[in-house]
Amino acid sequence: MPPDDEAIAEQVFVALADPTRRGILAALAAEGPATATDLAARLPITRQAIAKHLTLLADAGLVTAEPGERRRVRYRLRSAPMQRAQRFLAALASDWDSRLDALTDHLDRQLAPPPRPDRLTSRSGRADGPQ
Amino acid sequence: MGFPDRIERTVELAHPPAKVWSALTTAEGLAAWFGHEVTIDLRPGGTARMRWSDGSTKSMRVERVEEPTVFGFTWQIDGLPEDDVRRTYVEFTLEPVGSGTRLRVVETGFAQLPPDAHRTAYDAHTQGWASELGELLEHLDAA
Repeated sequence: MPPDDEAIAEQVFVALADPTRRGILAALAAEGPATATDLAARLPITRQAIAKHLTLLADAGLVTAEPGERRRVRYRLRSAPMQRAQRFLAALASDWDSRLDALTDHLDRQLAPPPRPDRLTSRSGRADGPQ
Repeated sequence: MGFPDRIERTVELAHPPAKVWSALTTAEGLAAWFGHEVTIDLRPGGTARMRWSDGSTKSMRVERVEEPTVFGFTWQIDGLPEDDVRRTYVEFTLEPVGSGTRLRVVETGFAQLPPDAHRTAYDAHTQGWASELGELLEHLDAA
């Protein structure tokens, strides 16, 4: 059974809501797998805080821990949950309600009865206004 | 529950299909309600481009032209990089109702973004996605 799509999306959004966690993900995206110590050297927060954020990111599936040199854990970016959240956002962002409102307004303007002379300019500036 | 793969809307318009058709398929018509500057080559395989006043653009590929009942195109998905090949398909269907038109729009294909079944394959290519993720993060940060 695939994990619940919405639960994954929610975890991704929670993870991304925090600027420090976005910074960690951006660092892993830009420079590849890194240890908590590497990240602490690059980002303006303590290693302990980094470790806490990495745990949350791992729970959300956005990073995986893997063995690195000298038995230190390295974190690798995992973008699969991001792709799923992205799909959710893409569907929400396709805003047909406003587009169809605009189409309706446009057609109504085109076919409206000729406006009274004193209202000729009330629909300002559209070259496609009432003929 | 899954992610929405399909968006569907229906509106009743007090205008005949021919009028609606021209608003949907001509550069002048589209520029009046959709993009600000529009070019369109109205035939299957033809290209349309829309540009907005904020500088954003969207390019479309015309897929179905059955005047005055079906107009379909594919276009880029919002939020993905410009060179991403994934597209959603949008289809308008016009049905005469009395002296007006029932217009239905269906957009499908959001689920083509990687499903769970492909997780392993995508994990193997995680580094290939890194730059895309970076762009997404910039996009989210800027929002």
